[in-house]
Amino acid sequence: MSNSEVKVQSVKIYVPRDSSALSLGADRTAKAIITEAHNRGIEIELIRNGSRGLFWLEPFVEVQTKQGRIAFAPVQPKDVPSLFDADFLNPQSVKAAAHPLNLGLTEELAWLKSQQRLTFARVGIIDPVSLEDYLAHDGYKGLANALKLSGADIVKVVTDSGLRGRGGAAFPTGIKWKTVLDTPSEQKYIVCNADEGDSGTYSDRMIMEDDPFVLIEGMTIAGIAVGATQGYIYLRSEYPHALKVLNEAIDKAKKAGYLGANICRTNFSFNLEVRRAAGAYVCGEETSLLESLEGKRGLVRFKPPLPAIEGLFGKPTVVNNVISLATIPIILHKGAQFYADYGMGRSRGTLPIQLAGNIKQAGLVELAFGATLRELLYDFGGGSATGRPIRAVQVGGPLGAYLPESQFDTPLDYEEFGKIWAVLGHGGIVAFDDTVDMAKMARYAFEFCAIESCGKCTPCRIGSVRGVEVIDKIIAGTEHSKNMQLVRDLSDTMLNGSLCALGGMTPYPVLSALNHFAEDFSPRNSGLNQLLNQEKAKAA
Amino acid sequence: MAHVLTTEILDAEVLNTVLLDRIHALIAQHKNMPGALLPLLHSIQDNIGYVPEACYLPISKALALSVAEVHGVVTFYHHFRRQPAGRHILQVCRAESCQAMGSEKLEANIKSSLGIDYHQTTQDGAITLEPVYCLGNCACSPAVMMDDEVYGRMDNQKVAELIGDARATS
Repeated sequence: MSNSEVKVQSVKIYVPRDSSALSLGADRTAKAIITEAHNRGIEIELIRNGSRGLFWLEPFVEVQTKQGRIAFAPVQPKDVPSLFDADFLNPQSVKAAAHPLNLGLTEELAWLKSQQRLTFARVGIIDPVSLEDYLAHDGYKGLANALKLSGADIVKVVTDSGLRGRGGAAFPTGIKWKTVLDTPSEQKYIVCNADEGDSGTYSDRMIMEDDPFVLIEGMTIAGIAVGATQGYIYLRSEYPHALKVLNEAIDKAKKAGYLGANICRTNFSFNLEVRRAAGAYVCGEETSLLESLEGKRGLVRFKPPLPAIEGLFGKPTVVNNVISLATIPIILHKGAQFYADYGMGRSRGTLPIQLAGNIKQAGLVELAFGATLRELLYDFGGGSATGRPIRAVQVGGPLGAYLPESQFDTPLDYEEFGKIWAVLGHGGIVAFDDTVDMAKMARYAFEFCAIESCGKCTPCRIGSVRGVEVIDKIIAGTEHSKNMQLVRDLSDTMLNGSLCALGGMTPYPVLSALNHFAEDFSPRNSGLNQLLNQEKAKAA
Repeated sequence: MAHVLTTEILDAEVLNTVLLDRIHALIAQHKNMPGALLPLLHSIQDNIGYVPEACYLPISKALALSVAEVHGVVTFYHHFRRQPAGRHILQVCRAESCQAMGSEKLEANIKSSLGIDYHQTTQDGAITLEPVYCLGNCACSPAVMMDDEVYGRMDNQKVAELIGDARATS
C-alpha cells in the first residue's frame, strides 16, 4: 500500500458523560459534533469519557493527537461549526491553534499538572464502562497483587499505607479491616457507603460515574482480604447516572470473571450489588445505613457493637466510603510506601478535594495532604465566582465548621483542622462571598438537622427544632443576650448528648458561625428593636 | 389528626386490579432478597409513580412484617411518596453550595411562578415541586433536577425554559 492510499483513521473525540458535564449540556454538544461531522462527511469516533474535573470549562471536549489530547472548552453546540471550520480535528494546525476555545494539551494545563491524582488517576481519561480501557490504564493490577497475598498481608499493606476513612471520620481503614478479618463468621460483608449527601461534595459521584471499575476492584480486594463474599454499594437515590454506570460496569466485570464465583480462576468469590438509598441524609451514618440496607427505618444504632463485629444482618461488616475503597487498588498496585510517601503528619496519601459554591474555578483537585485552604481557594479556585471577597468557607459538608479568612492558611490535614475546631470531612469546600448572612447559615444548620434527624435521640430530634427557634429570636432581637447564651447551652447538649454525628456535629457550623462572625448575630434593625422592646416593657 | 391504619381503610382505597396485579408481581419478584423492603418500595414507586397504602398489607404479609413497620419505613424516607406526583418532578437544591450561588432567590421565583410550595403539584398536573439537599453538582451551583436529569448554573430564565419544555411533554 502506498502512502497516499493509507486510510486515514477516524479521529477520536472525547465528550464527557459525567452528570455535571451533562448538567451543562454535554449531550447536546456531543450530538452537535456528530451531526456536524456527518454533514461534512467526516468520520469521527466519539467517546463519552468521565470529566477531568475542570467544571467551569464543561462541556470539555478533547481531540486525540499523537502528542496527547488537545482540549477545546467550554464547547456549546453553537461553537461546533466554528470548530470544524477551524479544522479542530487537526488541532495543531495553524487555524485550529488559533481557535479561541483551544486550550492546548490537556495534560499541560497547570490546573491539572499541579495535582497529584492517585485515586483519580483514570478519571476523565477513560471510557468509564469500557473494561478494556480500564485494563489498559493499570486496572486490576491491584487485585492481581492481592491475589498473591494472604488476607492478613493485604490488611497489612492497607494499614501501612496510612489510609484513613475518606468519608469524613478518618478512622484507619486497615484497623477496621483487621477487626473484620479477625472476627470469625461464616458470612461477612463489604458495604460501600455511597450515600454522599454532604453539600459541596461530589468526588464519590465522579468515581462511580467516571471510573466505576476502580470501586469494584477495591471492594473485591476488601472481600478477599477479610473473607467476605458479598458486597453492597448503598447509593443515594439522587445519583441516577451513577446507578446506571455502576450496574453496567458490574455486569461487565461479572462477564469477564472479575466478580462472581472463582474470581480470575481462583477459589475466591465475590458478588456485588447496588442498593438504592431513599433520600435520608442520616443513612450516611454507617449504622443507620446498615439498618436501611436491612430494609428498616434508618435509625442510628448504639455502638458497641461495632459494625466490624456485628454489622449487616448481625455479621462482621466492613463499611467504607467510596473514595477509601477506590484508593485500595493503587495501594495494592504500587505498594503501601508509595501511598504513604504523600501527605503530612498522620494524614497520609492524597485527598480528592472538591471546590464548590461561590468559586470561579470549581472542580476536583486531588492533592497530597498539606496544601492550605488559601492555595485551593485562590490558586486553584481563582477566588469567588461573583468577584467579591470570599468571606466564609465551609469545609466538610453541612456538619463542618465555617472558617473565616484568618484561618485560610490552615493546611488540609485531619489533625490541623481538629486544632482549630474544624473538620476536613469528605473534602468538600464551599465558598461564600461577603454577601453571606452567617446567622441565616447557622439557622439553616439547625433546620437541616431537624429535617434529617432520625429521631432516635432527644438532643438531635428536639435540639435542632429549638435551635431554629432560638436563632430566630436572636435575629429578631428578642432577649438577645439570654438567647445567645441559650444557643451555646443547646449546642453543648447536642455536642455531648447526641447518638451520632448528625446531632453531635450540627453545633460545628452553628458555633463557628457565632464565634467567627459574631457581627451577623446582632439583633436586626437593632435600634428599632430596642425601641420596640422598651415600649413593650413600658406597656407591661 | 393521626391517620389510623386499619385493613378497612386499606381495602377502601380504590386501586384498579391492574395496579394491584403489578404490585403483587413486584412483591413476588423481590420478597426473597435479603433486606427486600427498600428495593421493593423503589420498584413500586418506579413502576406506578408512588407507594399506595393499599400495598402495605400484601407487603407486610410477604415479608413477615406488620403493616405499621411497612408504614414506618415508607414514611421515614423522603424519596417515597404516598400520593401520585405530577407528570414531572422538579427538585430544587437547597443545600449550602447552591445557597452560596443564590438558590434562595431561585427557589422563591420557582415557587411563585408555579404558584405552589414544596411537596405540591401544579394545577395542570405537570410539575411536582420538591426540595433536595444536594445533587452532587456543587461545582455548577445552583442546581435543579427535572426527573432524572440534573441541570447546573441555573437562573430564572433557564428554569422557566426547563419548566416550559416539561409542560410540553407528557
